[in-house]
Amino acid sequence: MFLAWRELVFARARFGLMGGVVALIAILVVLLSGLSSGLVNDGVSGLQRLPVTAFAFAEGTKTDSAFSRSTVNVNQAEAWKGRDDVGDAAPFGNMLVNAKATTAAGTQVPIDLALFGVDPGSFLAPAVSDGAGLGDPDGIVVSKTVLDEGVGIGDTVVIDRLGTRLKVVGTTGDQRTFGHVDVAYLPLRTWQQVRAGAGPGDEVRDGAYEEATAIALRARDGDRIDLSGGDAAAGTTGMTLKESFSASPGYSAETSTLTLIQVFLYAISALVVGTFFTVWTIQRKHELAVIRAMGASTGYLMRDTMIQATVILTVSTAVGFLLGVGGGTLLTTTPMPFALEAAPLVLAALLLVGLGLAGAVAAVGRIVRVDPLAALGGQR
Amino acid sequence: MTTSSTSPRPDSLRPGARERGGLLVEGVTLTLGDGDATVTALDDVHLDVASGEFVAIVGPSGSGKSSLLAVAGALTTPDTGRVLLDGVDISRASAREKARHRRDRIGFVFQSGNLIPALTALDQLRFALDVAGRRAGDGHDPRELLDRVGMGHRAGHRPHQLSGGERQRVGIARALVTRPAVLLVDEPTAALDRARSDDIVTLLAHETHESGVATIMVTHDHEVLGHCDRVLSMVDGRLSE
Repeated sequence: MFLAWRELVFARARFGLMGGVVALIAILVVLLSGLSSGLVNDGVSGLQRLPVTAFAFAEGTKTDSAFSRSTVNVNQAEAWKGRDDVGDAAPFGNMLVNAKATTAAGTQVPIDLALFGVDPGSFLAPAVSDGAGLGDPDGIVVSKTVLDEGVGIGDTVVIDRLGTRLKVVGTTGDQRTFGHVDVAYLPLRTWQQVRAGAGPGDEVRDGAYEEATAIALRARDGDRIDLSGGDAAAGTTGMTLKESFSASPGYSAETSTLTLIQVFLYAISALVVGTFFTVWTIQRKHELAVIRAMGASTGYLMRDTMIQATVILTVSTAVGFLLGVGGGTLLTTTPMPFALEAAPLVLAALLLVGLGLAGAVAAVGRIVRVDPLAALGGQR
Repeated sequence: MTTSSTSPRPDSLRPGARERGGLLVEGVTLTLGDGDATVTALDDVHLDVASGEFVAIVGPSGSGKSSLLAVAGALTTPDTGRVLLDGVDISRASAREKARHRRDRIGFVFQSGNLIPALTALDQLRFALDVAGRRAGDGHDPRELLDRVGMGHRAGHRPHQLSGGERQRVGIARALVTRPAVLLVDEPTAALDRARSDDIVTLLAHETHESGVATIMVTHDHEVLGHCDRVLSMVDGRLSE
């Protein structure tokens, strides 16, 4: 520590430059983490907030198109309900529509909606923070983000082409979106009519009222659901809630792209720190030889360098994260999908410091090879 | 083949010096390089330096002077022979033990001081104590030692703010602050003018006699040899008077 701190102060420009690069990477990591969390929220918050353990889709449904392609019979829920590890099962409808909302002031607001069809009496029925819950055939409960677009409780929403009129009766009070589209809960029967393409006064085709997108499953407390066993009995394809996220439009592509960028940033950070300490060690080779000739152990020198790396990484990551969070807070007020969440940020900070230290460890390995004999002029 | 020798023990110079220990090099041979490029750097060298004795070794470049310092300073292992420091054979010690011997019992003064750029003159001495795991005040007073070598007024200056002579004075103080048994000095006047060279070697002689350290100085500078208790010559790896 004696030498480490004094060298940090003495060579503050060099260490500051390296720290500045790490801080810039930290800012990028914060912004990407915020964007990643924002996109996850925009993509699957509607699913995340369902009290669901798993979904049972139509047999043979592929993950990447499950919610748009799957059609199950509502009676298949009964097969799941009878299983010991299933606490509850209910049909669940999911479809995307374009609509226009007419506000109290008479203005029309075009909106896209992800219609979640649920039985009002089932465990899937949403809790509301304002207004009334599901019950009326034309009543819908919307995500808070619908209200952010200027639509209010009591306003009317008309589905394009069908002309189905729905009334906003309540809001969940939080963000619930699916595939970047705001969620609106509506009674399953109304959802089935919309799904069947039946407008007001149209006759609903046979069998439409027996259809849903999937069976939503809730495990008994503390249990995990045996999906393969249930699938065999019910003739479905089960997916955990997390697996079903990949069925949200664009979810996998967006998250994997951002994850890849973040992985590259961590690698770049480790490389920057490793390269800096490699050059730093090479520059100090003669000095290190003198110190070793004085009797300093390899551990003493490595400890000093690791202290320097820890101080630089910790300080620059903290500065970068503070700046990133400051800038990110401004972004949360924009339409950009951006959310600052503590857990991913803490993980990102730990990874940045941890991988940077790994880079430094690789670099200080050179210290082992510094020959104290070089202090005499390296004649051997 | 062997022409190395030691001079008569200078007990007359340092009464009781032998009892306090010193450095004994016995039949040391050191070869460098591989295959056809093998060079005998040290050839059956014998050397006995008593505590408080100041010995100079002169010789042309490549004669083996620095190799002798390397062997005596536990920086390298001789092919044959022994190096006894206060009676303890350090020549066959492990790398870890050699490092311990260096920080506990050996002081080095390098060409141009070889000070640590980030440290002030006073911190150079404190750092040497830190490396040795010792504390200032526990019989080791860096400030007092800096004063003794005439550098007390420059205690807060870093190497780039010091002249060549001043750097060497700090280097000497740094080597002595851990109170070593042996002081190994490598070309201390290589970068100094005549007056400064004389000052530095005078200081080395004074500190050797004051602190009772066994000092070996390797040098090309014949003008400063008058300050030394003994002068040995090295040619082709062989030591002679």
